[in-house]
Amino acid sequence: MKALRAVLAVLSDLVIGDDWRITAGIIAVLGLTAVLAHHGLPAWWLPPLAVVALLAGTVWAARRRAGSVP
Amino acid sequence: MGAGGFLVLSVFLACCVESVEALTVILATGVTRGWRASLWGAAGAVAVLAVIVAVMGPAVTRVPLDWLRLLVGGLLLVFGLQWLRKATLRAAGLKALHDEAAVYDRQIAAANAAGGKPTSGLDRYAFTLSFKAVLLEGLEVVFIVLTFGANQGSIPLAAVGGIAAVVLVSAAGFAVRAPLTRVPENTLKFLVGVMLTAFGVFWSGEAAGVNWPGADGALLALIAVIGLAALGLARAARPALADPALAGPALPDPAEVIR
Repeated sequence: MKALRAVLAVLSDLVIGDDWRITAGIIAVLGLTAVLAHHGLPAWWLPPLAVVALLAGTVWAARRRAGSVP
Repeated sequence: MGAGGFLVLSVFLACCVESVEALTVILATGVTRGWRASLWGAAGAVAVLAVIVAVMGPAVTRVPLDWLRLLVGGLLLVFGLQWLRKATLRAAGLKALHDEAAVYDRQIAAANAAGGKPTSGLDRYAFTLSFKAVLLEGLEVVFIVLTFGANQGSIPLAAVGGIAAVVLVSAAGFAVRAPLTRVPENTLKFLVGVMLTAFGVFWSGEAAGVNWPGADGALLALIAVIGLAALGLARAARPALADPALAGPALPDPAEVIR
């Protein structure tokens, strides 16, 4: 039972990690990308831009939590 | 370097990092509690991981490629971005740097404090600790090998990178009988985070219907853009540190990292 819990914790760490908003953001971005591509619109720019924005958001949130931003 | 080369390199670097972490625990338990139980624990975990690969590998390759790339590419993107987040926070000084020597010292102290070392038979403490470390770090290795291999259509190619890393790190670790503190683990974690994220963006985007400009060449551009953005973020977040004691060494030069 303990081993199962440990494996589930690892899987949760892989998928959700320290910030669940990253996972939620990626699901939303991939959905939006699929909608754009489905309508024949150029979508290649969206995933890289969104990934950089998500990274910036999560780093800034951690920085704020560390108390370095008023 | 083609996509296959980047695949092997990414898996190799990621597996090096995970292997170094598992090796530290094996060495600490081996030195303090005896090598027999420590090595049996590691071998037991490797056997469990082999069963997982044997079951999951063929199952993964049966999933249609488009769905596989969307699901596994998305998972890889989440995993890579979480990894890159930690690496960026470390580079910014907002998270303590990973120090293999400190981890080793803590493991040694814990193993000595555990007591109850049997005079005969297998030491359960050493076996369990070693087994757990290899299994947990190994699960990440298995995840990386299967996701990279399945997306690129070559699990054996990805496995070559993973096995080479495990063999190299094990040989180096047992040659020096000490934690591999000279491995630039924090820089490696940063590089691996960038590569996992770039591959995740490329494959999940492709599965979502993106036509990448330059086809496979877009992967290089993604690595460069994501790497530079992460380095820029680390630098931008660094000056306003709340606790200067957390600050790590100088950030790697962007040109050195991307080269």
